[in-house]
Amino acid sequence: MEESMNLFLIFLSAFLVNNIILIRFIGLCPYFGVSRRLSTALGMGMAVVFVMVVSSWISWMVYHWALVPNGLVYLRTASFIVVIASLVQFLEMFLRRNFSHLYTALGIYLPLITTNCAILGVAFLNIDYGHSFIETTLFSIGTAFGFTLVISLIAALRERLDLAPIPESFKGNPIAFITASLMALAFLGFVGLFGLSI
Amino acid sequence: MMRYFINGILRENPVLVLMLGLCPVLAVSGSLRDALGMGVAAICVLFGSNLVISLIRKGVPPQLRIPIFIIVISTFVTIIDYTMQAYQPELYQMLGVFVPLIVVNCIILARAEAFASKHSVFASILDALGIGIGFILAIGAMGFFRELLGNGSVGGKIILGQSFHQNPVLFMVLPPGAFLVIAFLMAAMRKWRSQ
Repeated sequence: MEESMNLFLIFLSAFLVNNIILIRFIGLCPYFGVSRRLSTALGMGMAVVFVMVVSSWISWMVYHWALVPNGLVYLRTASFIVVIASLVQFLEMFLRRNFSHLYTALGIYLPLITTNCAILGVAFLNIDYGHSFIETTLFSIGTAFGFTLVISLIAALRERLDLAPIPESFKGNPIAFITASLMALAFLGFVGLFGLSI
Repeated sequence: MMRYFINGILRENPVLVLMLGLCPVLAVSGSLRDALGMGVAAICVLFGSNLVISLIRKGVPPQLRIPIFIIVISTFVTIIDYTMQAYQPELYQMLGVFVPLIVVNCIILARAEAFASKHSVFASILDALGIGIGFILAIGAMGFFRELLGNGSVGGKIILGQSFHQNPVLFMVLPPGAFLVIAFLMAAMRKWRSQ
């Protein structure tokens, strides 16, 4: 019971309280690049959930089973990025061959993810927090859901912002940042939920 | 030649105009000191990677260039990571995961791909310095405004009076403040460029 409560809190903390985009500021490029339409945002979100969980597993295994026993911890940065870049390539080929349906759905978003710092960031955070394998899984799922939630919310908002009368200098990205600021303020309200903190 | 240096500082500021490398700019600009620490770390990596990539640019097979660039960049990031951990442990603690994440900072790979792989060593160094200074200016401005309003101080020195320091605009040092300050900086930059 204690254990499952702990896992639930890890999930909730990653999902809402420490939201990866609004509170931690990791993975902002797709947030402002892809978040112009709701449908693309959802597609990107699905791809991120998938890749984030698999890449966290693999980098957890690389770190704990290959780097630590051999005293190669200083290769962490280089090995993680190589692992994630090749994983995305591999996943792309695997999906195209075996799950062509899913491949057409995720399509163009998969290669974009290689350059998404959220994926690498979560791999590092899992190591920094000393998460076990199960905790790593829940933390990654929570983070990816949080990413999808926020990226979809902002996309829906930006579809409306296009029609709003906005001062010339604030059109486009500046107003999107102000919207993000208000959303982050709202997300700060989750702090304290079940005694969780930033 | 000087054009390469000047260009990145204001007119093509990597953060405020090109919108690259936003994550560290928003995340570690809660105080001027953290912001400048991050800026210096990034300019060191950018300088090293631009230098090495322009040196080896003739021997790099075009199909393999991205993986090779990433390996070069991650080598410099690891060097900075460990140097900072040894000599500036306090700062390292504050910057946290954003030090290893310099490796995926879009500015650095973008300069490697768009500039260093096509230009001479000297031009690449100038480009790295110009872009790096532009990055430091942007992140430094963020740190300055957020610390001034959120803590009443600049670089740890209280300048807005004791009563403001005790009741500051706390919002500014929290995550929403970062989004707000960058929105205004970007709008100001756009206004200035359009004139």
